[in-house]
Amino acid sequence: MSALRKPGRFKVAVLVLASVLAVLAALVWFLNTRGEVDVINASMPAAPADQTLVERGAYLARAGNCAGCHTARGGEAYAGGLGIGTPFGTVFTSNLTPDKATGIGDWTPAHFWRAMHNGRSKDGRLLYPAFPYTSYTKVTREDSDAIYAFLQSQPAVVQPNREHGVGFPYNSQAALAVWRALYFRPGTFQPTDSRNAEWNRGAYLVQGLGHCAACHSARNALGATTTGLGLAGGLIPMQNWYAPSLASPDEAGVGHWSRAEVVSLLKTGVSPRASVTGPMAEVVLRSTQYLNDADLDAMAQYLQALPGMRSETDEPDNASVAARVPTTTLPPKSGTQPPGAGEGSVGGKLYAQHCAQCHGDNGQGVPNAYPALAGNRAVTMANSANLVQIVLNGGYAPATAGNPRPFGMPPFVLVLNDQEVATLLTYVRQSWGNRAEAVTQFEVHHVKTGSSSQR
Amino acid sequence: MSLPGLLLAAAAAFTAPAALAAPFEDTIAQRTMACTACHGPQGRAAPDGYYPRLAGKPVGYLYNQLLNFRDGRRHYGLMTQLLDPLSDAYLMEIAQYFSALEVPYPAPLPAGSAELVRRGRELVMNGNPAQKLPACVQCHGQAMTGVAPNIPGLLGLPRDYLNAQLGAWRDGQRRAHAPDCMADVIKRLSSDDINAIGTWLAAQPLPADTHPAATLPAPAPGYVNLPCGSAPLAGQAKAGTTAAPGGTR
Repeated sequence: MSALRKPGRFKVAVLVLASVLAVLAALVWFLNTRGEVDVINASMPAAPADQTLVERGAYLARAGNCAGCHTARGGEAYAGGLGIGTPFGTVFTSNLTPDKATGIGDWTPAHFWRAMHNGRSKDGRLLYPAFPYTSYTKVTREDSDAIYAFLQSQPAVVQPNREHGVGFPYNSQAALAVWRALYFRPGTFQPTDSRNAEWNRGAYLVQGLGHCAACHSARNALGATTTGLGLAGGLIPMQNWYAPSLASPDEAGVGHWSRAEVVSLLKTGVSPRASVTGPMAEVVLRSTQYLNDADLDAMAQYLQALPGMRSETDEPDNASVAARVPTTTLPPKSGTQPPGAGEGSVGGKLYAQHCAQCHGDNGQGVPNAYPALAGNRAVTMANSANLVQIVLNGGYAPATAGNPRPFGMPPFVLVLNDQEVATLLTYVRQSWGNRAEAVTQFEVHHVKTGSSSQR
Repeated sequence: MSLPGLLLAAAAAFTAPAALAAPFEDTIAQRTMACTACHGPQGRAAPDGYYPRLAGKPVGYLYNQLLNFRDGRRHYGLMTQLLDPLSDAYLMEIAQYFSALEVPYPAPLPAGSAELVRRGRELVMNGNPAQKLPACVQCHGQAMTGVAPNIPGLLGLPRDYLNAQLGAWRDGQRRAHAPDCMADVIKRLSSDDINAIGTWLAAQPLPADTHPAATLPAPAPGYVNLPCGSAPLAGQAKAGTTAAPGGTR
């Protein structure tokens, strides 16, 4: 006789399950609405915003790089329509111009603040965290109002928002609510008393409008940044670029740089020890190059003070490169030359033919033009995705006010096959004192065929 | 050096763009080596298509193409990625550099059937009044070397590349700034027309003066009024739509 044949027990089981689900649902609802901005009594501003507020909002919108996502390729500024590729489908950005029908023309400052702070739209819908309100929640009400004033001053563009390409169950409000209950805690930035004002300003910018963690932190299987690890690096979803750790001295940690070098990198895209390329070039081009020196200084101070991990090598980057014996990952067999080592190898020949004319016979580069490869952390860091991207697709540093005519690298995807790219990169990563793992043909193929964002 | 290594290096040398041995210079030529690696001095055929000649093209045309790739009116991933980090002013400088380059043209390739060539010449020189199709020379210059600053010459390009671009316009894969006059023209061409035009053009030798003409030719019989759009050149005031080629509207 099975217990299920007794109707009483079955009913109890169903009731218990229903109660548990109800409690969980209530918990999710509570976590989603706790402390949320009240928009019941929201009203439009009494008078048009003064020019100072609009200008401050324009500056802050640059800091947050709103236009970078909310402007489609070749589209009107802030009118939305750009597809952001995520592992759950494509999310299309919304129209932020003051058009009343298709933009945010009839949003009040409170509605805008609620979107920034709580990730909820004017009509009450929960927003996809592709809009990084997980970072923007730290922005103050005053700054949000300034950005609101700036956006309301932009030309209105009639452009209906595109329907998202996110499939079930990820497109349901219930799924979003659960995600937010697990991974999102709204809250304005709280200064750390033991740190000075400059550090706190830098922290506010990096953690808030800068939303650096959106790329520079790893994401779990549900797409949430695992903030416990700080800015410890992450592969940007769908784009196959790796945003390096800002804490590790082996990747992009800047603790041992001078303050001026850090500021130069963010302001101009180039600095004595590194230059930006790929997605970070866009960040500098559209956002950080417009920040004033005080704010860049503050961000530099914050970044330089990030708790770093111990270096895996004992050499700082760009150490002097007197003639060194190249290292390999395999012990050399007698009578054979180890793969990737020595100028006479296949990798050495490829380098001499394709790379040496710009990057130098010894990987020394040309100052302010072509980065040195010897002692370059971008070359030796563990994740090789960026190296593969650069060799396959080439690239320019961003044309900023401080570096308006950058030098560029051509694509090699049609000149070198996967094995040649792997051999070449292995050579570069293991020559002139560089000590890094070999690159495999599989890694090259994976980066080449990985899907990219809609942009 | 082992024999397989030697053969591999030799094969790589023949398939790769020529490596320049010149020392580093702080010039625009050095900065645009990222471009000439694929486009070569005279344009180059590649596994995935043809990279057209840049030297001597009208500056406005080159500038507009750079904007088109960046803004999604033309589609080629490598171009888009290269241009994304660059500013309008820098793209203008790059366009000016290539526009001013003087590089000889290669000899034209032999043409196809006589009928195709005859038909192509007829369409290019006289258009097709029955279809209200303007002659190509109406806009691209009597010598088909283009008109400064925005209209490209069409000589010295391979037939397959010309066919592909006209085909891309017809399929909406390539667009110009609105109003897109080429899209208008293409609607009045059949596939055979396109092939005839491409065949005839590719077979034409370059005239002694390969530079773009300074002005449009005078309107001829069969003139069709066509407004054409283009982006204002960086550093100039907003231009909007240019007047219809051949005269005022």
